[in-house]
Amino acid sequence: MATTAGQLDGLTIESGHAHAEAQSFVRKYIFSTDHKIIGIQFLLMSLLFLLLGGVLAMVIRWQLGFPSQPMPGGGVLPETMAPGGVVLPEFYTSLVTMHGTFMVFFAIMPLLVGVFGNYLIPLKIGAPDMAFPRINMASFWIAVPAGFLMLAGFFVEGGHASAGWTSYAPLSARPDLTGVSMGQILWCVSLIVLGLSSILGSFNYITTIVNMRAPGMHWMRLPLSIWCLFVTAILVLLAMPILSGAIIMLLFDQTLGTHFFAPAQGGQPLLWQHLFWFFGHPEVYILILPGMGVASDIIANASRKPVFGYTSMVVAILGIGVLGWVVWGHHMFMSGMNPTLGTTFMISTMFIAVPSAIKVFNWLGTMWMGNIRFHVPMLHSIAFVSMFVIGGLSGVFMASTPVDIYIHDTYFIVAHLHYVLFGGSLFAIFAAITYWYPKMFGRLMNPFWGRVHFYLTLIFYNFVFFPMHNLGLKGHMRRIYDPNEYEFLKGLQGLNTFISISAFILFTVQLIFAANFIMSWYKGEKASANPWEDNGLEWTVPSPPPHGNFATIPHVYRGPYEYSSPLVTEDFLPQNRELPGDSSPAGHHS
Amino acid sequence: MSWLMPHGSSTFVGDIDWLYYLILWVTGIAFVFVEVMLIVFLFRYRARKGRKATYYHGNTRFEIIWTSVTAVVVVVIGILSAGGWNNIKGHDSIPANALSLAVHAKQFEWLITYPGADTTLGSADDFQVRGQLHLMVNQPVAAMLTSEDAIHSFFIPAFRIKQDAVPGMNIRVWFQPTEIGEYELGCAELCGLGHYRMRATVSVHSKEDYEKWLRGRAALAATK
Repeated sequence: MATTAGQLDGLTIESGHAHAEAQSFVRKYIFSTDHKIIGIQFLLMSLLFLLLGGVLAMVIRWQLGFPSQPMPGGGVLPETMAPGGVVLPEFYTSLVTMHGTFMVFFAIMPLLVGVFGNYLIPLKIGAPDMAFPRINMASFWIAVPAGFLMLAGFFVEGGHASAGWTSYAPLSARPDLTGVSMGQILWCVSLIVLGLSSILGSFNYITTIVNMRAPGMHWMRLPLSIWCLFVTAILVLLAMPILSGAIIMLLFDQTLGTHFFAPAQGGQPLLWQHLFWFFGHPEVYILILPGMGVASDIIANASRKPVFGYTSMVVAILGIGVLGWVVWGHHMFMSGMNPTLGTTFMISTMFIAVPSAIKVFNWLGTMWMGNIRFHVPMLHSIAFVSMFVIGGLSGVFMASTPVDIYIHDTYFIVAHLHYVLFGGSLFAIFAAITYWYPKMFGRLMNPFWGRVHFYLTLIFYNFVFFPMHNLGLKGHMRRIYDPNEYEFLKGLQGLNTFISISAFILFTVQLIFAANFIMSWYKGEKASANPWEDNGLEWTVPSPPPHGNFATIPHVYRGPYEYSSPLVTEDFLPQNRELPGDSSPAGHHS
Repeated sequence: MSWLMPHGSSTFVGDIDWLYYLILWVTGIAFVFVEVMLIVFLFRYRARKGRKATYYHGNTRFEIIWTSVTAVVVVVIGILSAGGWNNIKGHDSIPANALSLAVHAKQFEWLITYPGADTTLGSADDFQVRGQLHLMVNQPVAAMLTSEDAIHSFFIPAFRIKQDAVPGMNIRVWFQPTEIGEYELGCAELCGLGHYRMRATVSVHSKEDYEKWLRGRAALAATK
């Protein structure tokens, strides 16, 4: 009961404050403690980094599609990167490093966790804000300098970090091996700072979900998006400190002369890989679980049908959260790790296919016998399911240790990870942005241009990444500046050029999304409180919701997926709508 | 755009390629099954006026079926994979008659030390060749992999063999070429700006040609 009272106090204070005096612009939009504003701040920041990551990918694709030819517009780059517009090998290794770093840490992760964790958690559980609004604000304002530090690396002597986004030691630890010193140090410091931001965010999410659910919002009535964000927050809280610790060791090796990863002085290069992937594999699920959650919400909404197997979905989410910790060794099958461990990690990796398969079948089961509306968020969710299936199935190849001997570190891996992170996470992000945009900004994104963007993205995305499987099968290694150095790869230039041209089109198509996003802000059709006829609590308040979210704390009577219930004539039934016979949940808050 | 494995020429082709094709079939069937079901559902259950979706929360029997079928399939693939992995990388997998070589990786080249006529590494007649791996057909080879600086990865696609070379570690990797010909050895782990050109040639000779080459190199080494 104490928590309920606390919420009500918080609500009174927050909404009282909002009504008493108009907040200054700075307090309202810049140093805001409102979780919705912070979510939107993360959205704008991470979309910019997504754009930057995309630009870096275009330069990579230029070099692979048209090796050592002057890049159009490349003349603006300094001599140390691309003299005469021709990309240098050392700049190329920086490009692949920073594309991965920006996409993983500054685009996909904040888009899913920073944006939708912040925006959705209080609204969907019926809370006025996060448990610790000021810490939440700090989490964003710590991420900003981390971004600037990471950007600064492009402008320092020696160029940016170039040891891969995985920063394998000793390459990352010894400046003499790459010629990069300050760039790698900035990479380390930036990620340590960003880690702090993630940790602050995640314990806030966990505390909020555990303590601030509205009366009647039992655990088994939580939307799956919230379940996924909850497990994700736990993974972030446990995994980020491991990355930070490893990076601090790396930073000490570079700057203080320690030898954690230097074998000649008793250090061990594989220690870095164990630490990195012990963080890195849970990180993979941090990057996909929230996508699974929002896709579950949207698919149920568009199918006008309850989620198929809600309980097994929750069990699968928890299963992924647990199994995700015992599979890191599959990144290290070729590392010289004990081969018996290889077999152990192969079996655990095979098992993690099971919860993923459960989720896919349950999504199909949700659509089965539905009455499916093809709104733009649903289109992206369908693509999410269908592309995630490809990414999941291609994972079986590399889980099988003998097959991995051949495809490890080839383009097969590049194809796989992009099917998960672009085909999976990014389609889910497009789904989520188009779905909650009206709630965030009070206007709908243009559905026609939304469809154009969707179909072109789906087509050219597959033109870019599907043939990479075939490159990998020919033995095409990752991160090589010019495959034509090898006789056995010479016949693949045509396919590489095709991929590059498709990638340029794919990038251009994203500008449609950017234009739609910006234009709709001013000119989009005004959104009602509940444009998708959804059951979630966030749709019971105006679009956009006021500071404090709810005029009174909602009471929750049922789960979030009661679509097409026989109890009502409409095909949706909001979680807080009291029907005759519903008993008040106040007093037995779970 | 071929889904076939390229032609291979070592004894590992047998262990790896059939598993690849098995997984290709299994995942291919799963892929077609799921995507066809998805498309059928999207078409059949598209929204129509005056119709309501079926109010339905799930089916435990279905859940049990697809959970257990998936688990059995992946575990069987895992068990089938374990044998091949042991043949290639297991502690006792290296044949007793394997010829010893030392392969030393450094930015951005491969230095190969041959044991000379006495077939023993560490003796006076050892000699080192940069960027050329010469082998005898059907003769198993056990290479001691070391690295001087960054991590590199020893990758001969035609032989289906890959193994990282890690500074501070001595890792034995073995393989047995089965066809006379010219192949390529590449680096598969990002090792610096010259990673893309860290290449060596691999020549598989007949026994006679190999011995002729060996005598020539030994004579050359002796004159130095």
